[in-house]
Amino acid sequence: MSVDIYKINPEFRDIMPKEILDLEDNATWDGEKRGINDLTDKKEILEEHSLCAGCPEAAALRYILASLPTPSETVIVNSTGCTSLMFPHIALHTVHSLFGNQNAVASGIKRVLDWRFPDKTKDVVVLAGDGATIDIGLDYTLQSFFRQEKITTICFDNEVYANTGGQESGSTPKGQVFKMAPKGKVFDKVPMWELAVTSGCQYSVKLTASAPKSVAKVVREAILIAREMGPSYIHLYTPCILEIGLDANEGLWEMKEQDKDRFVSFKYVSPEAEEYLKNCKKEGIL
Amino acid sequence: MSIKNMTKEKNWSGQTMVSTDYLLFEAPREKHFMTGSEVLKEAMKRCTVDASVSYPITPQSEAAHLIGELWAEGYVGTYFRGENEFGVMSEVAGCAMAGARTVTTTSGPGTLRAMENFPMWSGTRIPCQLVLMARGINSPLTIQPDNLEVSFLLETGCMIWYAENVQELFDMSIAAFTVAEMPDVHVPIITAVDGFFVSHTRESVMLPADDIALFPYNPYKAPLPPIDSEMPPGRFLRDPFVMKSNYISYATHASWQWEVRSAVDRSRPYAKHFLNGLAHVTGDQDAEIVFVACGTASHQAKEANRELTKMGIKSKVVKLRTIRPFPHAELLEATKSAKYIFVPEFNIVGWLEKEVTQSLYGKSEAKVIGRPRVAGGMSMPVEAILKEVLENVEKGA
Repeated sequence: MSVDIYKINPEFRDIMPKEILDLEDNATWDGEKRGINDLTDKKEILEEHSLCAGCPEAAALRYILASLPTPSETVIVNSTGCTSLMFPHIALHTVHSLFGNQNAVASGIKRVLDWRFPDKTKDVVVLAGDGATIDIGLDYTLQSFFRQEKITTICFDNEVYANTGGQESGSTPKGQVFKMAPKGKVFDKVPMWELAVTSGCQYSVKLTASAPKSVAKVVREAILIAREMGPSYIHLYTPCILEIGLDANEGLWEMKEQDKDRFVSFKYVSPEAEEYLKNCKKEGIL
Repeated sequence: MSIKNMTKEKNWSGQTMVSTDYLLFEAPREKHFMTGSEVLKEAMKRCTVDASVSYPITPQSEAAHLIGELWAEGYVGTYFRGENEFGVMSEVAGCAMAGARTVTTTSGPGTLRAMENFPMWSGTRIPCQLVLMARGINSPLTIQPDNLEVSFLLETGCMIWYAENVQELFDMSIAAFTVAEMPDVHVPIITAVDGFFVSHTRESVMLPADDIALFPYNPYKAPLPPIDSEMPPGRFLRDPFVMKSNYISYATHASWQWEVRSAVDRSRPYAKHFLNGLAHVTGDQDAEIVFVACGTASHQAKEANRELTKMGIKSKVVKLRTIRPFPHAELLEATKSAKYIFVPEFNIVGWLEKEVTQSLYGKSEAKVIGRPRVAGGMSMPVEAILKEVLENVEKGA
C-alpha cells in the first residue's frame, strides 16, 4: 500500500505526538533516493530505543533502517535478546514470536506475501542476535537457506548472550571467559558466514558496524538479491561493550580493532548474484 | 494458479464461494467411502485455504500429503514441507500473521516438539487450524493411538474440538476456520481426532459437491492487523510485553492472556451453531449411568449403551464436541440424572476425567469414575466398559 499507510488523518494532526507527525513529514520512504545520509537530517524509522548508552547494535540498527530500499513494504522479523528490546520502537511491521524461530516465521510471511500480493515487492528481513541465529535457531536459519527462501538474514553478532547476563554463545571466540564458560570457551567461533555459503546463500558478508556506509551498501545489496534470487546473509559485529568491559564511547574503537582480526572482511557473491548486482548498478537502483 | 484469478463469485481455483451455513447445512450431499486423511483433503478442498506447511509423522502423514496434492491441483495457495514440527508451527504462524487462512497437521511427538508455538499462536491471535491426529508419546517409542498429547494442549489458549469419526472430521474442520476467524474470537483452533481409528479407517461419509467452497479469509477484519505492510503498524504489534520497566508489562501481559481465554469463551455461540451443540447426548434421558467421552471413546461408549439396553440397564452417552471452551453448562444439564459418570479414555492420565470432575465439583452428587482407561495403542472393547459399569454399579448398590 506504500507510504500512504503512514499518513495521518488530518483531523488528528493536532493530537498526534511530534515523532509520529515527523514520520509523515520528514522520514524517507519508497520512491525516492533514501540512504545512510538521511541519518543527519531526516526522521529515522527508529524512535528512542532502550539499549545501553553507546551500544553498537543500536547504531547498526539505525544504519540498517536508513538503508532499507523500501521501508513501507518491509517486514522485519526479530527474535529474543537485546534486539527484541528495540523493535517495538520502529515504525515498521515487526514480529517477535519465539527465541530462535525467526527464519521459520519469516519464511511463512514471505511465502504468503508473495501469494497474496503477486504484483508487489515485499521485503522480509530477519534481524536477530548470534544466540538466536547460530545456537538456538541454527536449524531454522540454515533450513531457510536450503529452501532458498527469498529473505535477508542479518545477524547482530556480539559474541555473547548479553541480555541474559553474559553467557558464552557459539559465536564467542575460543578461550574467552564468560558465564557458563568459567574456564574459557573450549571450541572455535562458529563460522556462520561460511555456513551461509555452503547452505545456499546467494550472498554472504561478514563485517563490523564500524563504517556506516559499508553497512548501508551491504544491506542494500543483500535485500535486492533476496528479492530476485534467494537467501542473503549479513554477519555484523556489534560488540557488547558492557560484557567486554568497555566504556560507552569505546564501541567504535573495538569494531575498528576487529576489522583487522576476527571480523576481517569476508564477502561471497554467487556468480548469478554478481551479474544481477551489475545490472542493478546499470539501472541505477544500486 | 494465482490469487488474481479470484472473482466476486469464484475463488482462485474456480469454485463458487458459498456461506459456511450453505456448505455445512444446505448443500446437497452424496455418499462417499473414505478415510479420515482422505476426508480432510475433501474438507480443505472446500475451504479456500491460502497456506499449509507439513511435516511427516505417523499417523498424520497421509493427510499432510493430500493437502500438498491440493496445492499441486491449484486449490491451496502456498505449501511446503518444513524442517520439523517446531519449524512448521512457526512457519504456520508466519503464514497466518501475513494474512493467510492456514492449516497444518501433526501427531504425538510432533505436537510436543512444537509445543512452544501453541501459546505463541494464541497470544498472536492467529486463526490457524491444526488438525491433530492423536498418537502416543515417547518413550518407549510408539506410533499407536493414544490421546495423552491433548492434555498438554489444554492450557495453550487454543480452541480444541474433538471429532468422533470421519464425517465429524469433515464438518468440524470446515466449521473450525469459520469460528476461529470470527473477529470477536480470532484464536487458533485444534481439531483433534484419534489417530488410526479415524485417520486410517474407511467409513461412509456424506459430502457436498466439490465445486463450492468457503469465502476466503479476510485478514482486515482481524482484531490485530496482519503483518503485510498494508495497514499502519502498531508499536506493540504482536510483540511481547517484555519491555521491562518501559511499559506496564505485568498488567499488560496478564490482561492479554485473560483476553485470549475470553476470546475462546466467546466462540461458544458460534460453535453451538455450527456443531449443533457443544455436546451431543444419546441414550435414555433419565439414566443414572452416564458416559462422558470424546472421540473414539464416545463411539465405544455408545456401543456399551446398546449392550446395556439389551440387558435392561438404562444409560446415556454425553459426547463432548468441544474441550476448549469446555461445555460446562451442557455437561451439567446432561448429567442431572446421573449417579455414576464413567469417563472412558484412550490415555494413561485421565485428563478428561479431571476436566469432568473439576467442571462438576460442588454441582453434582454423581460419582465420577475415570474408567476404563487404555493407553499405548490398546483397544477399548465394549466388554471392558461393561465390566467397569457392572462392577461399580453393583458395589454402589
